Amino acid sequence: MSVSAPLPHDSAHLHVTGQARYVDDIPTPKGTLHLAFGLSTIARGTIEDMDLTAVRAATGVRLVLTASDLPFENDVSPSIHDEPLLSEGEVHYLGQPLFIVIADSHMNARKAARLAQVTYVEKTPILTIDEAMAAGSHFEDGPRIWARGTADDAIQNAPHQLNGSIDMGGQEHFYLEGQAALAQPQDNGDMLVQSSTQHPTEIQHKVAHALGMPMHAVRVETRRMGGGFGGKESQGNALAVACSVAALITGQTCKMRYDRDDDMIITGKRHDFRIDYTVGYDASGRVQGITFLQLARCGWAQDLSLPVADRAMLHSDNAYLLEHIRIESHRLKTNTQSATAYRGFGGPQGMLGIERVMDHVAHALQMDPLEVRRANFYAEADGGPSAPQSPAAQASPPEGILVRKNITPYGQPVTDFVLHDLVDQLCESSDYAARREAIATWNAANPVLKKGIALTPVKFGISFTLTHLNQAGALVHVYQDGSIQLNHGGTEMGQGLNQKVAQVAASRFGVAMSAVKITATDTGKVPNTSATAASSGSDLNGMAVKNACDLIRARMADFIGSHPDYACAPETITFKGGLVYAGGQELTFADAAKLCYENRISLSATGFYKTPSLEWDRIKGHGRPFYYFAYGAAVTEVVIDTLTGENRILRCDILHDAGSSLNPALDIGQVEGGYVQGAGWLTTEELVWDDKGALRTHAPSTYKIPACSDRPDIFNVALYKNTNAEDTIYRSKAVGEPPFMLGISALMALSDAVASCGAAYPNLDAPATAERVYHAVQSVQND
Amino acid sequence: MEITFLLNGETVALTNVKPTTTLLDWLREERGLTGTKEGCNEGDCGACSVVVQDVDGQKALNSCILFLPQLNGKAVRTVEGLSAQDGTLHPVQDAMIKHHGSQCGFCTPGFIASMASAHANGATDYDNQLAGNLCRCTGYAPIIRAAEEASAEPVPDWIKDELPPSPEATSMQPVSSDALARLYAKMPEATLVAGATDVGLWVTKSLRDLKPVIFLNRCADLTEVEITEDAINIGAMVNMNTLREVLTPYFPSYAEMLRRYASTQVRNAATLGGNIANGSPIGDNPPALIALNATLNLRLGDRRRSLPIEDFFIAYGKQDRLDGEFVESISIPKQPDRLKVYKISKRFDQDISAVLGAFNITVEDGKIAAARIAFGGMAATPKRARHVEDALIGKAWNEETIANAWKAWEQDFTPMSDMRASADYRLEIARNLLTRYYLEDLGAQTSVLEVQP
Repeated sequence: MSVSAPLPHDSAHLHVTGQARYVDDIPTPKGTLHLAFGLSTIARGTIEDMDLTAVRAATGVRLVLTASDLPFENDVSPSIHDEPLLSEGEVHYLGQPLFIVIADSHMNARKAARLAQVTYVEKTPILTIDEAMAAGSHFEDGPRIWARGTADDAIQNAPHQLNGSIDMGGQEHFYLEGQAALAQPQDNGDMLVQSSTQHPTEIQHKVAHALGMPMHAVRVETRRMGGGFGGKESQGNALAVACSVAALITGQTCKMRYDRDDDMIITGKRHDFRIDYTVGYDASGRVQGITFLQLARCGWAQDLSLPVADRAMLHSDNAYLLEHIRIESHRLKTNTQSATAYRGFGGPQGMLGIERVMDHVAHALQMDPLEVRRANFYAEADGGPSAPQSPAAQASPPEGILVRKNITPYGQPVTDFVLHDLVDQLCESSDYAARREAIATWNAANPVLKKGIALTPVKFGISFTLTHLNQAGALVHVYQDGSIQLNHGGTEMGQGLNQKVAQVAASRFGVAMSAVKITATDTGKVPNTSATAASSGSDLNGMAVKNACDLIRARMADFIGSHPDYACAPETITFKGGLVYAGGQELTFADAAKLCYENRISLSATGFYKTPSLEWDRIKGHGRPFYYFAYGAAVTEVVIDTLTGENRILRCDILHDAGSSLNPALDIGQVEGGYVQGAGWLTTEELVWDDKGALRTHAPSTYKIPACSDRPDIFNVALYKNTNAEDTIYRSKAVGEPPFMLGISALMALSDAVASCGAAYPNLDAPATAERVYHAVQSVQND
Repeated sequence: MEITFLLNGETVALTNVKPTTTLLDWLREERGLTGTKEGCNEGDCGACSVVVQDVDGQKALNSCILFLPQLNGKAVRTVEGLSAQDGTLHPVQDAMIKHHGSQCGFCTPGFIASMASAHANGATDYDNQLAGNLCRCTGYAPIIRAAEEASAEPVPDWIKDELPPSPEATSMQPVSSDALARLYAKMPEATLVAGATDVGLWVTKSLRDLKPVIFLNRCADLTEVEITEDAINIGAMVNMNTLREVLTPYFPSYAEMLRRYASTQVRNAATLGGNIANGSPIGDNPPALIALNATLNLRLGDRRRSLPIEDFFIAYGKQDRLDGEFVESISIPKQPDRLKVYKISKRFDQDISAVLGAFNITVEDGKIAAARIAFGGMAATPKRARHVEDALIGKAWNEETIANAWKAWEQDFTPMSDMRASADYRLEIARNLLTRYYLEDLGAQTSVLEVQP
């Protein structure tokens, strides 16, 4: 069976030969026009005058559009219609699109876009978390507050208390393929849009509104993206809408791709957070009560900030049972890029908050942080750490104390907690205890360089917290030669979703992978899709495809069973190894398909899936937002230079829970890549804005994602042997986001190394650049 | 301009070439070869990497900041030309599939080009070879596994090109320094293009229309290295990878800095003369050369003059260079190696320095007999730390002397804060690097890069 086989990415051959086409590679008709945005040069104010004479007169320019030229809706927001495509006079951040240049080449459009003479009435921008708090600049009516138990009393009554604060920077997605869209006018003003997007339906929706047409007039196609990471969940709207409007007005095919600097200046990034904490704990490090104040910098428009901030709150427990907790979350509106979805979607920030607390408490108690983490773990699942549970067992959990206590701060029982066993295995395979001792010895002998080590766990909730998004559709055709074409609502951004889903289809029909072809995601084939986000791609689309395949297979079995040559009960017919076994006979799948076709059996079906059991009230902060949890843990060892703060990762060992993996090779790829990206977030990737609100790190020359040598010298990654307790597709688990948070172990290892320099707690903020590590060393040494 | 080169084995002869057309734009827009990608358009991500063969062999270059005339007489292979015509894959392509080295695939063609180039050269220091290729998906581990596996396979014969016959000299592409001197003296308003790793960005990012442009890449005599009894004379067009090889036996710490200077692709193009002549306060060569007391040799027409390299840098954006005058060569006096070059940046590889410190301190009988210390990133120009030097010279080589030099640092430097580092950090680190130099002299381990897990 192809499911669980470590097959390469379906496009691997195309990737390595340069034949894989991305939006900018699609051949375009003669006369295709190219777009560029003219951008604001201040962070906040109003436009007094915008003289576009020089722009219009520039070489190759066909047309320049401002907000007043737009025929219908001027909005590209994925949420509350607060994000005009082009400014209507107000400027909300530095880099906001003010006008569109439509020219005969990409270069001419870019050149012309810089020629505008714009005068502004400037206002003082709100740029930082402190400025936004002082100004009361919020989204929503005020802070969201969720609580369980009596946190303040529990903290006061605990034997020990401490408090602290951690700043964590945002993160640029740095998908290697920048944002891009191509719009081609069709009959009757209909529009075909090819977009590098994680969310074709959203593009369809926004384009339809911008063109004043129903959604049926817009078809959006996405073959693949050159990376997404959340950055193409909503940020592609502007390009697709601009191209479609320009195509409508000019009647020509229109293309837009952001130059890298424009991409980084215009588009949203991961939310930066400050998290303040107060915790009461006992001598074993067990948290008795805790409060978090989460301050999220959301930028100028709401975009997806509410669910991002919600998910940060939802992960402030990570792997730990916190019975008395209050979380207060502020979603701050600032004159910066509108922060958006990014792998983990707030989860990493919330999780880093509690991991910092574990580290801080351990330091205060002079304990190994791992012991404090273990002391706070949720209890093991009933019946053993990795025992899959029957749905019945979950519906009515046994009355055991452990299970009763295993409740998250938001009221969801944790029924399949595997981290005790997983961490034990990882400790052994990574030789954690011995290495921790060896590091202490090494540090004692080295005055300048210091090593550090940390093990951190991940428990990540799987499902969209906006419950209705947890649905997916699929379209499967079996042709009369037995070949199968399938389509689903998910998008391919490198994660190998198409291959995993094809493996499901091949397994359902018992055919070779070569019999299955996946086609580009297309709103004309599968409608009303959700974004490929929240790690949900395989869970949702795999199930929808399975549903469609099973419908066709059942029709085939019904017919073949009733056929006089085979005469047997349909449920006895099996599909395996390219053959169909029926009534003691066999025929090839291709012959079976032909037979069905000739007897007028429908060989095409749509499939559908919706995640069961979800129930969530985000205002109260109570319910079951997640279908299940994915788990993992990482041990990272680092070395720092106390003279300069230079630091690097020496080794990382990871054990990650992908359930019963659909494709272990692709899943390990997600784990390795997720870890390095997560470690990058917390080490070298620093976004810097100046006091005017200009992003100073807007290219790879100044914004440093991990390079080849930044990966750990020793990098051991394995999948934890497990099956999903819930009835997911072949009992696998989502794997897109959870490994990202394994990178937290790198920051905690740096904290451990800094802590070896003196008695004080390092209070290391992120990203832990050489400069921050240096200052932390100084503060620890001088305390 | 008229140029001739090989593209994936086929001769391409172009006339009326706009000199600042980049190879990447030409490949994608004129030839429809869209395998080569634009990731950043400034030479920092490597998605646009191609393999270029010239008389020195095959090397990876960033096609986004490579102007077409730089290819005159050379051979280019893009990702489309790295597999055989019958579709047989190059060993690195095979291995990348087998080891799951691609996820989104967008960086992959650039990786394939860099890997094929390393493979052709038998290079296995993959962290260096691939430092100029960013991947956001894989975390690099599977790519390295693929590169390691492919290293055992022979170099496929189809990727070796017969270079085309040397093209005729053209007016804006002189073939000797004499011809360059005559041309530039007549046309001092021209922009000189050496490796284009800086000038390329004037076109792709600043969107400037450069004209006229003089290309230096055919001035073979400018790429010469001459080692005499008392000096190392380096032609202005010597690239950073060659410079690294040249300097390794004499000044290994300088060579180690060059290992981290930009990336393989950039080092294959970037020239020593360019790194000096552009006058950047954060160029990495000038501080090291100042610390070595190097001499800069300039030429205007037939007139040559030499000056200590630190005197070349007058103020931000202002150098001691006359109109029509160009850097011809650099002379480094041979000396006992006491040079340490410390590059501090956010990322180890392919990052512009926040601080670049070069220390050349001679100790005799426990006393500091001589000191030349220079920094990049600490002032508006590459700058000598003269007050610090004065505070050291003649004193005992110990911690007390280093501590006593504390104030001198502030007299030498008033750095600024920017996106790379704060002013305070720069100044403190500069001081600490002297401590590092001292501790290294005592045998202490001070580099995190040398620590093994």
